[in-house]
Amino acid sequence: MNILNVVLLSIVWSIFLIAAGLLILGVERKITARLQWRVGPPWWQNFTDIIKLSAKETSIPERANRFIFIFAPIVSFLGALAAGVIIIFSLLYGISFRGDLITVIFLLTLPYSGLILGGSSSGNALASVGSSRALKLTLACELPFIASLVLIILKSNLSTSIYNIVNMQKNTGINFFSVSGFIAFFVAFWGSIGKLGIVPFDLAEADTEIAGGALFEYSGILLGFFKLTKAVLFIVVPLLLIASFFGSFNVLAWILEYLVIFLLLIIVKNTNPRLRIDQSLRFFWKVIIILIIASFVFMKI
Amino acid sequence: MNIKTRALKKSLWVYHLSTGSCNNCDIEILDCLSPRFDIERFGMVLVGSPKHADVLLITGIVTKKNLERVKEVYHETPKPCFVVAVGTCACSGNMFRSGYNMAGPLKNVIPVDVFIPGCPPGPAAIISAVVKLLNKLK
Repeated sequence: MNILNVVLLSIVWSIFLIAAGLLILGVERKITARLQWRVGPPWWQNFTDIIKLSAKETSIPERANRFIFIFAPIVSFLGALAAGVIIIFSLLYGISFRGDLITVIFLLTLPYSGLILGGSSSGNALASVGSSRALKLTLACELPFIASLVLIILKSNLSTSIYNIVNMQKNTGINFFSVSGFIAFFVAFWGSIGKLGIVPFDLAEADTEIAGGALFEYSGILLGFFKLTKAVLFIVVPLLLIASFFGSFNVLAWILEYLVIFLLLIIVKNTNPRLRIDQSLRFFWKVIIILIIASFVFMKI
Repeated sequence: MNIKTRALKKSLWVYHLSTGSCNNCDIEILDCLSPRFDIERFGMVLVGSPKHADVLLITGIVTKKNLERVKEVYHETPKPCFVVAVGTCACSGNMFRSGYNMAGPLKNVIPVDVFIPGCPPGPAAIISAVVKLLNKLK
């Protein structure tokens, strides 16, 4: 594949990621509404929201650091998009390089970094509370998430390329069906809930409590970029879990596995209250960390 | 009607501001979000920050202490935005019209798009007013 094809394909897949993310968020809102015995918004609601936000005025507060305030949402959006494109390329076309799992892990930290920087640069008290919470939450959920992926790397003979990890599961058996892989999947699932920032761990932008948190001062298209980041992450993070735990090269299987993970996310979202920051830190560093250590102990099974 | 107005009509985000109300109208506003009325089916969401809002639902007489804050919230809301005066207090001042703390009904402070009289107006009245607001948009 020459370089032009790669560029074109990555643009096409980026548009796919955005569209699919907005669609799946719409489905999520609809299911949440049905669970609460409401009718709920139509499935295209998030597309309308983004179009509306792009047409609105974008105001930048006087006390904000203009450069960081404008670039934080864009960087977090592009980080999520790049991670998604790398995973899709290695799954669909076999274009993979050594260490791209590590690149994806790095790129997936950019959305939260953008949220933290954007919140703290906007010169608002509630926004700084939100970004300090986001910082603590990143510290909490990043550790088990990365540790479970490290386990996957160890299980697949220290291979750090996503293509190799998926390929190796053809011979050695799917990671999810081994004891350690199952425990690590459980850990990575909770870590990904923290990374997505949905309800048990949505304390960074708690709407009812700190009024939007880190997003408080954002308006117009910059807010739209944060919404798009969330939409793209909703596709990318489960896709990473699928690649590293249910390695297969079958598109139908991916869709099924994606839907299962998505349903689990919705169930957790709709049956849990928002945790305080100390509770979520304790959850990740006391409960989840024991599980990940256990999975390292049982690595050979 | 272009696509932007059409999108705005289908996704109004509501910010709810009480400027010295007795909380009765506020409860009725929250009732609109309940499963029985569910305004989210029209794409309306209650947001916590005026920076995210398209519609300001303002209740209560504007007290002297709140005067500057109302102006500031209106100033901070990104345009285009719409102001809805909910309840008789916000429309005219009701029985507090000659009160010592009255800084004028809402229309003297900021431009108002829709008035909803009633003490308090029910959720059905609020929804019908918002539909009138949507029809005003061209």
